[in-house]
Amino acid sequence: MSFISYLIKGISLGSVYSIIALGYTMVYGIAKMLNFAHGDVIMIGGYVIFTMMSTMGINPLIAVLASIIFCTILGMTIERIAYKPLRKASSLAVLITAIGVSYLLQNIALLIFGADTKSFTSVVTLPALKLAGGRLTISSETLITIPACIMIMIALTIFIKKSKTGRGMLAVSEDKDAAVLMGVNVNKTIAITFAIGSALAAVASALMFSAYPSLTSTSGSMPGIKAFVAAVFGGIGSIPGAMIGGILLGVIEILGRAYISSQLADAIVFIILIIVLIVKPTGILGKKLKEKV
Amino acid sequence: MAMLEIKNLQVYYGVIQAIKDVSFEVNEGEVIALIGANGAGKTTILQTITGLITAKNGAVMYEGTDLQKIPAHKIVSLGIAHVPEGRRVFSQLTVYDNLLMGAYTRKDQTEIAASLENIYKRFPRLQERKGQLAGTLSGGEQQMLAMGRALMSHPKIILMDEPSMGLSPILVEEIFNIIKSISKSGTTVLLVEQNAKKALAIADRAYVLETGKIVLDGDAKKLMNDESVKKAYLGE
Repeated sequence: MSFISYLIKGISLGSVYSIIALGYTMVYGIAKMLNFAHGDVIMIGGYVIFTMMSTMGINPLIAVLASIIFCTILGMTIERIAYKPLRKASSLAVLITAIGVSYLLQNIALLIFGADTKSFTSVVTLPALKLAGGRLTISSETLITIPACIMIMIALTIFIKKSKTGRGMLAVSEDKDAAVLMGVNVNKTIAITFAIGSALAAVASALMFSAYPSLTSTSGSMPGIKAFVAAVFGGIGSIPGAMIGGILLGVIEILGRAYISSQLADAIVFIILIIVLIVKPTGILGKKLKEKV
Repeated sequence: MAMLEIKNLQVYYGVIQAIKDVSFEVNEGEVIALIGANGAGKTTILQTITGLITAKNGAVMYEGTDLQKIPAHKIVSLGIAHVPEGRRVFSQLTVYDNLLMGAYTRKDQTEIAASLENIYKRFPRLQERKGQLAGTLSGGEQQMLAMGRALMSHPKIILMDEPSMGLSPILVEEIFNIIKSISKSGTTVLLVEQNAKKALAIADRAYVLETGKIVLDGDAKKLMNDESVKKAYLGE
């Protein structure tokens, strides 16, 4: 029974990683940049919910919606101010800027909320599910996280495959110039991508801090980096890759923590990244670019 | 007034001048060929017209507006379609989705459906393969898809960059027949080709480009008999 319980916990944590990894992978696919500030948007989302619920006593659902709106605007603002002027700069300049934005967000949070750890109140108010005569308990956060992840994946896939904006995003990610020739506004497409990625980060933050309730100004970095590993693991730029990579990573982390060593769990995650990069640099679902004459 | 008028165009890649004071014009209904060797600047000119590259000096006048002042993604809706070199179809999208991408800026669904119908009539092969990913098509089919995709924008003028590149002689023949029929149906054509013989055969007028400059121009039939053109581009 404990194995199943760990597995479910792993899938749940992995679902959170998947949702975060989607933001990384979509931005990478379309803007060809690694947005290392993505994890910190999660942290900001956490503080928004925390402030609204704990300080102002607002209903959790409204707090989560407000956080989604706040993070969407934040993500678009970051893109507009920090990344858009660098559209023609080298990728190294963009990467350094992203790291700078990451520190900026962390320090703004530190300035406003202080260095002490805040205890996040779960946004989920349902009771836990007890199965097999009480031997298997599934927390209510887990019960919400997994279906939420599945719903996001389905909605996102339909949006990308069926909507005009989605097709435009796929076109930009494959060939920016050809997309421009079709009349796609690349700047607008990149802005939309950041908006979607940041909204998903807000959802992930609500789910993650409900399950792991300690919130500090650096709470976003570790999940951000792990979601990045998940995106690379699944094949960066690939949306199904982010889902598979995220869930696998969550399961490996929880099982590693349970059966190998709780201290080494994070190390295991990064060892996996190194192995993946050596064995299959493009990730599980990464595409090899093939040109046809 | 010419439909498309390129005036004193100068384009640089860094410090290297790729286009040195090029001027030419395309009138409505014409087929204009731009011929020249590799690196002469043919592709650069087309990319400057559709805004992918910004010129340092000069103007690209289209129906009275300077295209240099218009963002690249708005140019297609003015009626200019560009079939880029190397086809550049979206390999991860289906044939059908690629064609829809061609109509990205159009709103009227019934008109889009009518254009799609027309393109399927012109390229029956694309209809057969409409559900297939474009990356799995053969080179010739990809070229047809790139042309069909450009036609989906319902252009007044279509720019084609090396449409015959890398194709077998039979397919080259087919592609040139398609270009002729596109022209017959009323679309103006600006054709960039290394296959000078074929290009001159279907063009009304032609410009010969050498290292960023126009060195010769005139009636396509006359250029075909020009000694220097024969020697340099027709292999005679």
